Amino acid sequence: MSKVEPRPRKLATAVPQSLPVYEIERLSKTYARNNLTALSDVNLMIHKGEFVSVIGSSGCGKSTLLKIMAGLLPPTTGRVVLDGRPVLGPRPDIGMMFQQATLLPWKTTIENIVLPIEIREGRAAAKAAHLRAMDLLELVGLGEFPNVYPGELSGGMAQRASICRMLVADPAMLLLDEPFSALDEFTRDFMNMEFQRICMERGATAFLVTHSLEEAVILSDRIQVMKSRPGRIVEDVRIGLPRPRTLEMINTQEFGEIVAHIRGLLGKEAHE
Amino acid sequence: MTDVSRPEVEDTVWEEREALIDRIPRSIAMTFLFVAVVAIWDLVTRMGWVSAIILPTPAETLEDLIFVGRNLIAGEYMLDALWTTTLTVAYGFLIATGIGFSLGVLVGETKFGERAVMPYLVAIDTMPKVAFAPLFIAWLGFDIASKVALAAFIATFPIVVATAAGLYAATENERLLFKSMGANRLQTLLRLKLPTGLPYIFTGLKIASVGVMAGAITGEFLGGGRGFGALIRQSASQLDTPRVFALILYLSLLGLALFFAVVWTQRYFVFWNKAEKPGGIG
Repeated sequence: MSKVEPRPRKLATAVPQSLPVYEIERLSKTYARNNLTALSDVNLMIHKGEFVSVIGSSGCGKSTLLKIMAGLLPPTTGRVVLDGRPVLGPRPDIGMMFQQATLLPWKTTIENIVLPIEIREGRAAAKAAHLRAMDLLELVGLGEFPNVYPGELSGGMAQRASICRMLVADPAMLLLDEPFSALDEFTRDFMNMEFQRICMERGATAFLVTHSLEEAVILSDRIQVMKSRPGRIVEDVRIGLPRPRTLEMINTQEFGEIVAHIRGLLGKEAHE
Repeated sequence: MTDVSRPEVEDTVWEEREALIDRIPRSIAMTFLFVAVVAIWDLVTRMGWVSAIILPTPAETLEDLIFVGRNLIAGEYMLDALWTTTLTVAYGFLIATGIGFSLGVLVGETKFGERAVMPYLVAIDTMPKVAFAPLFIAWLGFDIASKVALAAFIATFPIVVATAAGLYAATENERLLFKSMGANRLQTLLRLKLPTGLPYIFTGLKIASVGVMAGAITGEFLGGGRGFGALIRQSASQLDTPRVFALILYLSLLGLALFFAVVWTQRYFVFWNKAEKPGGIG
């Protein structure tokens, strides 16, 4: 079936920026088990090179949305299309990152990074990817630690290694599930800046789930504000702050206004 | 600064000291306990508080230890008996590991195993397994096979439970990671769940290594044959208590050897799990 299809990837690069990488239309998810509507009528377009976040209280369905986008969970209704092809399961052109680094402790850092290639294409291909993995390690500042076991890495270093693992197959889309929330605040700030640099260098398209307002604002071009019961997007907030963002921007008036606006949107719900 | 009433205070340097009982090095602690136990034992027997048939003196036991040791080194009938028991234990352990691991994977990996197989395993596990010994003897005869069967039977269950528990040990995020990488079921099992579960599986093997010894000796008690258990029973029936003590001590060496074989195998395979366990034997 896929052979008959045109090559949408090439099409996407031929047409200028306006073409969306990710299209989500009328998406809903109902769990039959308890008849819970986790998501209702979610529409979202993500364009190439864009950094989009979703923010909301816990239980608002943002993790469900991410899982559906990743092809880990089937939607009840709606359309999810990445690069012109529907998402009907996990795909090699999607890179994922989780709250924990989830590095396998019996593999060295570099073996962990080439794991996606090992799983999809076998050990020989994984070995061949070591050079690319080394470049990525250099990119995140772990160039000296390819043969170290994860047990010897700090929390921040482990998350940087998992960034490399996410990037190793050169995915079209990065999906991040609260990737830095387990780190302490200073490490987290630093990692956010590092992550911005990496995304800008590679022109990455990213979708971030977070419950940190500051993190969402400092990283994103757009923030989707979600509310629960049923989970839905109530506002698409555009962040006009210039790039590259710096931590000092957190103290500016504009930053404060954005944070206050979103907090107002979410706060109303908390009182309901 | 201007507060003249403030008294001069020296640097508050103080040492944190452990209690004496926590500060004794292992070698001294072990020697102390050994000497203490033997001394009490000697006192109790020497004073005639306990009959010599029930508890021999340390000196008598040592004599028999040397006698049995000589017999073993000379390669006489006791070495044959020890070899027979060693084979029984080895076969029993290998069979228990094979069956226990397979059933553990079935229970831990498939819903069918969890729903259908596990309840029956639990039911059998709660039975006093030694009671099956006469059945095994009836089915397999008085030779080594019936003892191997009992030993394996007893040792299988801890391995099943530990393997199944080990397969559940991978976190939700790790499973999602493998799913997102497009890993199939076999890849997830072999490259995530099994390695993650190895520490659990080795714990099961350690419990099994103790159980397999108990099974083998019980089998030899009840089914006769040429093993060490038969020797012990024979000496006991002759009220030769010092000999029984000596034989048990040599037998315990076999148990220790198996236990530490498992521990060292674990250290080799689970090199990333360096959690300290009490006694340094985990």
